[in-house]
Amino acid sequence: MSDIRHNAGAAGALAPREYHLAHEPHPENGTSLGFWLYLMSDCLIFAALFATFGVLGRNYAAGPTGKELFDLSLVAINTAFLLLSSITFGFAMLQKQKKNVSGTLTWLAITGVLGLCFLGVELYEFHHLIHQGATPQRSAFLSSFFTLVGTHGLHVTFGLIWLVTLMIQISKHGLIEANVRRINCLSMFWHFLDVVWIGVFTFVYLMGVL
Amino acid sequence: MSAHDLHAGHGDHHDHDDLHVTMGDYVKGFILAVILTVIPFYLVMSGAIEDRATGLVVLGAFAIVQVVVHMVYFLHMNGKIQGGWTMLSTVFTAVFLAIAVAGTLWVMYQMNAHMMPTHESAPAVSQPAAADTAAPAVQAPAASEAAAPAPAEQPAHGAHGSN
Amino acid sequence: MSGNTTLPNDPLIGRISWDAVPMAHEPIVLWTFIAVVLGGLVMMAALTKFRLWGPLWRDWICSIDHKKIGIMYMILGLVMFLRGFADAAMMRLQQAMAFGDNLGYLPPHHYDQIFTAHGVIMIFFVAMPFVTGLMNYLVPLQIGARDVSFPFLNNFSFWMTTAGAVLVMISLFLGEFSTSGWLALSNLGNQSGSTGLDYYIWALQIAGVGTTLSGINLIVTIIKMRAPGMNLMKMPVFVWTSLCTNALIVASFPMLTAALVLMSLDRYLGTHFFSNDFGGNAMLYVNLIWIWGHPEVYILVLPAFGVFSEIVATFSKKRLFGYTSMVYATVCITILSYLVWLHHFFTMGSGASVNTFFGITTMIISIPTGAKIFNWLFTMYKGRIKFDLPMMWTVAFMCTFAIGGMTGVLLAVPPADFVLHNSLFLIAHFHNVIIGGVVFAVFAAINYWYPKAFGYKLDVFWGKCSFWLWLVGFWVAFTPLYILGLMGVTRRANHFEDPSLQIWFIIAALGAAMIAAGIGCFLIQLVVSFFKRDQLRDESGDPWGGRTLEWATSSPPPQYNFAFTPVVHDIDAWWDMKKHSYQRPLTGFQPIHMPANTGAGVVISGLSLVLGFALIWHIWWLAGVSFAAVIVASIIHTFNYKRDFYIPAAEVVATEEARTLQLARHV
Repeated sequence: MSDIRHNAGAAGALAPREYHLAHEPHPENGTSLGFWLYLMSDCLIFAALFATFGVLGRNYAAGPTGKELFDLSLVAINTAFLLLSSITFGFAMLQKQKKNVSGTLTWLAITGVLGLCFLGVELYEFHHLIHQGATPQRSAFLSSFFTLVGTHGLHVTFGLIWLVTLMIQISKHGLIEANVRRINCLSMFWHFLDVVWIGVFTFVYLMGVL
Repeated sequence: MSAHDLHAGHGDHHDHDDLHVTMGDYVKGFILAVILTVIPFYLVMSGAIEDRATGLVVLGAFAIVQVVVHMVYFLHMNGKIQGGWTMLSTVFTAVFLAIAVAGTLWVMYQMNAHMMPTHESAPAVSQPAAADTAAPAVQAPAASEAAAPAPAEQPAHGAHGSN
Repeated sequence: MSGNTTLPNDPLIGRISWDAVPMAHEPIVLWTFIAVVLGGLVMMAALTKFRLWGPLWRDWICSIDHKKIGIMYMILGLVMFLRGFADAAMMRLQQAMAFGDNLGYLPPHHYDQIFTAHGVIMIFFVAMPFVTGLMNYLVPLQIGARDVSFPFLNNFSFWMTTAGAVLVMISLFLGEFSTSGWLALSNLGNQSGSTGLDYYIWALQIAGVGTTLSGINLIVTIIKMRAPGMNLMKMPVFVWTSLCTNALIVASFPMLTAALVLMSLDRYLGTHFFSNDFGGNAMLYVNLIWIWGHPEVYILVLPAFGVFSEIVATFSKKRLFGYTSMVYATVCITILSYLVWLHHFFTMGSGASVNTFFGITTMIISIPTGAKIFNWLFTMYKGRIKFDLPMMWTVAFMCTFAIGGMTGVLLAVPPADFVLHNSLFLIAHFHNVIIGGVVFAVFAAINYWYPKAFGYKLDVFWGKCSFWLWLVGFWVAFTPLYILGLMGVTRRANHFEDPSLQIWFIIAALGAAMIAAGIGCFLIQLVVSFFKRDQLRDESGDPWGGRTLEWATSSPPPQYNFAFTPVVHDIDAWWDMKKHSYQRPLTGFQPIHMPANTGAGVVISGLSLVLGFALIWHIWWLAGVSFAAVIVASIIHTFNYKRDFYIPAAEVVATEEARTLQLARHV
């Protein structure tokens, strides 16, 4: 390949140094780290929303409170859906590791169904609240509740769109390197959403009824 | 269209952190997460925890532990992947998150305490005058009295005198 | 007309109507529009005549080359700078004349839009693009890489920023701009139903996406793509400041996004985050927005510090003094900048304990900056200093910025701030540090790196004219503001009663006129240099005797930057190579793997622009369609797996041989 350029040695020159390698180095792929950094920024958006909920979360404006509104058994079911979807995604990743395309797609599909169940329950909950008059416009507490939980739900929605897109791409091209990078990113995204949900069910729902 | 990746000729420059994940990791993580979820739900739903301060500490602790469980078992976080940069950026983010949340709560609490009218000193009548010059505020005056944001630990005052 | 809250609501065109076209009743806007249309037509005619549409699209608009994107950022910054400065000139003129019976020529509603636009444009669409442009251009070169880690995202980020700028420009001719100041603080009309605040929100949200992605991009680039041997403590200081700046971007812009989302929810859906009633708390907005706002100013100034570190070392012919302490100082500033935000609203009533805490942290943050100034001075000490333009700007910076920083420490004392908050003293302070820090850095950087980017130096005479007019003009423009502020004059006022103040405003206006002349000289410098480019040509690639790797390439560098990735042994890698009589390899060139250009970035950004416009004007069907289109276009883009190509070895050989001949000519 390229000649290593040794110093021709001008008069009184310093000892020769090699300034190029025998084989051109290839920089490491940055997608995982980059996506992780994006997740950190997303985490900070949620931080702002949590801070907002922390400040406004007791401002009921003489309207309904968390204690009156929240059905914790429904929340528990929803939490179960999300947690299960996390482990089914894990199974998908194990299949990916074994380079098994159909196994990967199957577990991704199951994850998607669980995600849809989660969204369905959440939409039902929102509908029920609004039906009762507990709308986002009723009080600052409800504004911040709907926004925080709704933003999480929006993220889940985008995750599902991504999941479907990726399933199509994996069935088209298989588990090529680009698709492996993408499923790694989606995996991080999906688990991250579960992490945010821990914050939601703890500080919004459980604390909300106390 | 070939499934042949353009990088194939370079000896596959995949992420050096294409981690080897195991079934054991996921199962352990899942079981721990379930336990760490069921207990808080049970504590609240059964009425074992009733006041907010205890709730904050206990539930908060469970939450933090479960977050760590997720990070370790599902996200495979350790100090070595990506040259330690994942860990560093996570720590950075956690610190900024703590500063932003704690700072906001402290600042807003102090502001509310110093600046919001208390019921003894601010008759309901004075509110609408302020509301007129502000945005099209269509809400009735009574609502603005009920709307006085209280610091987090105190119950909201209102026509129903809740709590 | 003021605050028209009764905008129509048509299902097809939303709130748009003839009333929304200000030029119908404001001559200033009308003439501006005519000028813009004429100028635009002339430019399009020129592009057509010289058959440049194709190359414009292929080689620039679709380019994912960090060098081209960096240059486009600089052009965006320069264009928007002219608009932002026009706003400033209008304000100076108004304030110099409007005393007593003379109401000036700008009624309050118009004046409010001008100072808002001035601030928004200067921070988001001038300073940010300049700083991002410099980092984009220089970081890959300085670390010995061929491009950034995510070249497509880089292109996309640029076009999103531009889309935001376009929205702000559209507001001049359709509807009105926000009147709430550059941060839309509640008390200046943010609850009003007019379009102004919506233009503000969507321009910033769209540009914010671009900036955040750019932040992620550069961090990963610096972490992953450094040349072999360049460990962290051998990176150029500019790269260190870029790393910290981008960490701040990623850590702080989410707060801006969240605060603006909450504000838009209040406006569009009637929620109660920041309302006066139903439990809302307007002070929460102020708190959240400044948690972003303070790191933002460090995002602007840290790259400036990096620029000066490079220039001081090069023009003192000496290694930068105290490299390690520079790095630690930068990291300290980064972390501390997240702990001071309340100093922007000491007067909002959080009480003594809160104010004391933040007052102390604010004072502490001046210490690492002081350390940096000492390091620059010690670098110059016993160096062989050459006062070329970049160095002149650097010395001007050190004097100007130091004073501005000191007035900042003064403001950090809460009791003092109670007197000076929102006075002209504050205005003078932040212009002092932003102009003295960021603007001077941009001019220094342009004079320093222009030959690298374009192959010829900038004309020195016009550069010096520009320099002196800027430096003297700045002090003439802003010293009166310090005095006025201490006398109690408030910011953002378009009319005054006390005639004894007028002389100061007149002096300030003269200063602004000098700055205008300085800008004019700068533009002349660009034009003259272009026509004299053959005389000013740089054949060596290293016209200043540089120390870092970008000077190892030709001017301008080839598309692939380095034919062979360099190996780094020491700080100031190029200086080290020169010391060891480095010889460029002349044979053995291989095909080089490069990312491919794409139009997806400009398309998705264009659709985002339509989305923003539709949301502003309440054209709901269009908003829905464009939102769906953004998603679909993004998904389609992900189906494109063919994103790179190889530069054939023959082309590399040809380029390098041309370079060899060029170097031989130069010697």
